[in-house]
Amino acid sequence: MIEILQQYWKPFLWTDGYNITGLAMTAWLLVSACGIGFCLALPLAIARNARNPLIWFPVWLYTFIFRGTPLYVQLLLIYTGVYGFGFVQHNEALNEFFRQGLNCTILSFGLNTGAYTTEIFAGSIKETNHGEVDAALAFGMSKITLYRRVIIPSALRRALPVYSNEIILMLHATTLAFTATVPDILKVANDAYSQTYNAFDAFGLAAMMYLCVSFTLIFMFRKAERRFLAFLQP
Amino acid sequence: MLNLAGYGPQLLKGTMTTVELSLASLAVSFVIGLLGASAKLSKSRLLKGSATLYTTFIRGVPDLVIMLLLFYSLQIWLNDFTDWVNNTLQTIMSCPPGTSIGWPFSANASAWLAAHVTQWVNDPNGPEYALPLDPFTSGVITLGFIYGAYFTETFRGAFLAVHKGQLEAARAFGMKPGLVFRRILFPQMMRYALPGIGNNWQVILKATALVSLIGLTDVVKVAQSAGEATFRTFYFISMAGVVYLVLTVISNGALLLLERKYSVGVRRAAL
Repeated sequence: MIEILQQYWKPFLWTDGYNITGLAMTAWLLVSACGIGFCLALPLAIARNARNPLIWFPVWLYTFIFRGTPLYVQLLLIYTGVYGFGFVQHNEALNEFFRQGLNCTILSFGLNTGAYTTEIFAGSIKETNHGEVDAALAFGMSKITLYRRVIIPSALRRALPVYSNEIILMLHATTLAFTATVPDILKVANDAYSQTYNAFDAFGLAAMMYLCVSFTLIFMFRKAERRFLAFLQP
Repeated sequence: MLNLAGYGPQLLKGTMTTVELSLASLAVSFVIGLLGASAKLSKSRLLKGSATLYTTFIRGVPDLVIMLLLFYSLQIWLNDFTDWVNNTLQTIMSCPPGTSIGWPFSANASAWLAAHVTQWVNDPNGPEYALPLDPFTSGVITLGFIYGAYFTETFRGAFLAVHKGQLEAARAFGMKPGLVFRRILFPQMMRYALPGIGNNWQVILKATALVSLIGLTDVVKVAQSAGEATFRTFYFISMAGVVYLVLTVISNGALLLLERKYSVGVRRAAL
């Protein structure tokens, strides 16, 4: 345990001397994936509740496909599958993008968490109290103002407990990045294992780090809930 | 229509492996969940504490990390164990028959036992083949252990949702604890637990894809090798995705039927 710590504490935390690794890479994966997911989910959640089937059906199909297949399959599809197409290899920009494991990882994670987040936000938009909407319409608000001032702020607040769960699950899912050669915490642990053959210590250390990150996130979300959901407290 | 470049039978076999692995893991985690929920609701501090530690640890650590941790450690522990057995047996067998070696069996019985166990431990394929620790078994053990924690929470909530009066009435009828569990508690608990069970099942089904990382030839692994062999990776990985989608749709239907079965006699508010 001590030898692994002495040799690998720096890669485990932020760098192996050349690249960002370990905890810093895991944090970057989590933040970028959840950022993409959030930006995707907000408009899609509104579209998911539309009355026109031409609008809600594509969104439903997207969430169905990305929630119905394993993230590992999606990552493989984007990382190894897309690069097999001729037009991707011959187009310079696409080639550059899909050759990098990190880009593929962030893209697939973002699309995946976007699908789950869409359903979460769509559910809480749908649950908005009809009285609030009636009142806003009676004030003469336009559709856009109605969403911007009434529905979205209240729906995002009510979605917070479920959304925090999704973020924790996303943290767990970032471990898959090491299959695309992205040096996150698990990759460093795997390197430490293949050098020392001490599986319990190497992976145990990684488990403890993930546990700490999970607890920190849970603590932060609990604080946020107390602040943003104060109006729902008994 | 769909010839799959000759990989159809292999993909089907991989799909069967995925389904078997999911069902076996579901069974293991179901049992662990029931035990864990009973431990969490028991009066013993020790049981309650260890169950809480178990669920907190498992739910705070990614499943892939636990899977690799257990998979590699189980193998090393197993190797250590077989080495230890080998060494012990060597010392036993080197003793002349009839001597006392501080062992509860007679020397002849020990020699017989030693010969058999040595044969088993020194299996030509290595001890990990003699003991059933292939990727499938490891997958079932690790997935069952991980999702047992999620089932513990599901069942704990469901047990608490059953009315106390029901259990009291059952006891007043003179039912024994086993019968109370089988006839009263379990059927009603299942109704509250079903949504959670359905969620966990979907997650387990998708988590089995990870087991291909420790060497199981499930549908993902087959699709990967087929794609590499034919240079049609996108096509074959998409096929694996379609398999998962079909499995999801089928299990949704099955869950709907189960939900209907377990909510017999429940009156819904007409809205």
